[in-house]
Amino acid sequence: MNNKDLLNLIDITVSFEGFLALNKLNLNLKKGELRAVIGPNGAGKTTFLDVITGKVKPTKGEVIFKGKSLVGRKEHKIARLGVGRKFQSPRIFENLTVKENLEISVTTPKSPLNLINKSIKDEQLNEIERLMKIVNLTKNIDSKAGSLSHGQKQWLEIAMLVGQKPDLMLVDEPVAGLTDEETDLTADLLKSLSGENTLVVIDHDMEFIRRLDSNVSVLNQGTLLCEGSMETIQKDQKVIDVYLGRPED
Amino acid sequence: MSLSKVRFDKKIVLSFWIILIALIIAAPTLLPVFRLNLLGRYLSLSIVALGVDLIWGYTGLLSLGQGIFFALGGYCAAMYLQITSSSEFPNSIPEFFALYGVEKLPFFWEPFRSPVFTFLAIWIIPAFIAGLIGFLVFRNRIKGVYFSILTQASLLVFFNFFNGQQKLINGTNGLKTDVTQLFGQMVGSESMQRIFFWVTAILVIAAWFFAKWVVKGRFGNILIGIRDDEPRVRFTGYNPVIFKTIIFSIAGGLAGISGALYTVQSGIVSPQFMTVPFSIEMVIWVAVGGRGTLLGAILGAVFINYAKSLVSEALPASWMFIQGGLFILVVTALPEGVLGWIQGDGPRNLLQRFGLKRKIETYPSLEINKEKK
Repeated sequence: MNNKDLLNLIDITVSFEGFLALNKLNLNLKKGELRAVIGPNGAGKTTFLDVITGKVKPTKGEVIFKGKSLVGRKEHKIARLGVGRKFQSPRIFENLTVKENLEISVTTPKSPLNLINKSIKDEQLNEIERLMKIVNLTKNIDSKAGSLSHGQKQWLEIAMLVGQKPDLMLVDEPVAGLTDEETDLTADLLKSLSGENTLVVIDHDMEFIRRLDSNVSVLNQGTLLCEGSMETIQKDQKVIDVYLGRPED
Repeated sequence: MSLSKVRFDKKIVLSFWIILIALIIAAPTLLPVFRLNLLGRYLSLSIVALGVDLIWGYTGLLSLGQGIFFALGGYCAAMYLQITSSSEFPNSIPEFFALYGVEKLPFFWEPFRSPVFTFLAIWIIPAFIAGLIGFLVFRNRIKGVYFSILTQASLLVFFNFFNGQQKLINGTNGLKTDVTQLFGQMVGSESMQRIFFWVTAILVIAAWFFAKWVVKGRFGNILIGIRDDEPRVRFTGYNPVIFKTIIFSIAGGLAGISGALYTVQSGIVSPQFMTVPFSIEMVIWVAVGGRGTLLGAILGAVFINYAKSLVSEALPASWMFIQGGLFILVVTALPEGVLGWIQGDGPRNLLQRFGLKRKIETYPSLEINKEKK
């Protein structure tokens, strides 16, 4: 652990009635880093995000974000500290329009009084314009989010994540169900966000991860199997075993 | 659930308001006193329905205990009326106390000597209790059917408590208001009832505008967000507990106002306001009128209750079947309620089915864009 780290997971263990979803997981993330996390099904990838965002309380271990412990904090408090999350299947508010969805994400402070009393600030409206341009939804501004295509929903959710201005963005399977072209655009978008933002991207899609050109952490059975560049991990025997299956002994 | 808003022409809106206001002013001369009084009562019920629409239609909280807050508002109003009209009774306290040998006014009656206090208590006490119950429930993340069961259980607790307290609030007999005096006039008199009708009509419109103001803009969008995906709202940095507590409290306040207006027009408040079927009926009015439409809640409350009294006069004992049938019809055929159906694609689909209207050939979104140009 050092001062440049934005996030440290220390010996995180999550036990669901005896089943260890995460087992002494250690992971450190530097400010401005883009990190890909891969692993077979059931490796604990989503639980790992649940622990950081406060949805699941770790049985043991510590989560340090910007020098503060996140364990035991409520989800909305963690979000306000600067942790944003994009869910596996697009979770947007389908009965609201694209603009209303983005308003919810860019609004600060997020108190009832502010929402009911004041109209949205100009700079926030500009931010919405900017975000809609980035994800190419400008012409859908007043459409119900539920009427968007799957890819547009994924992008709307990414735009909502960016609009929240989090210090740490947790992106869970952003390209699931996207076309190749959309996948490439998403990879470029996420890459362009790194540097200024810190990102954790979870995915199965190897082509997509390769395009991200980042450090990769491989999870297996709740622990960190190996960490390094795409080339390194592809040569790693343990990773090959996990992904290709171990020969019967 | 689609919440598409139909934009009406300005002229139509203006003429709607002119007709509405004319009807409200003319109603006392057009309707016999009996019918006017019924209409006034049903209009006051539409205020509690607005509250149900806010918490259920918009925020997804199905409360089966709105009768608590409705009755509390009614009791506040009735206590004031009883105490200000009690000077000629023994010990100068309301008449019923003598039946139980109570000689001293219970302490909590004292503040109700003040009209200002009563005026505030009618909505603040129910709003506060709703906020308190709501906060405890929402903080513990009790949702969905468990929330409904809990509100119904609270309703039963309140019902049993009020029912058993003869020495405090006349228990099961309730508090009568029609023979009490207000501004030197009998509350049950024709001229007072006319005034109550107008007050109710104005308050329904005020409550409607208030509810519209609450749900418009980002606050209302958060409520819809909570209804559709509460964890997502949380991960975006909002605390749903506060939003839910506020809206539940608002609904409680509206229920209190509604109960007070209903009490002065029906002439009595009693624990019967806190029975289980009555609170469920409130939900049915909103379901039939249209969840998440506000206007649907008002229309649902007024029309169903008016239908109830007309049907009950013609065919006694058949109303329960009709109401049940109506609810089943709405749940199965019109899940968005009558107004929701009209505002959505309902009429168009119906016409299409009879071959009276051309089917949409492209995606709906494309058609919408065409209309805009």
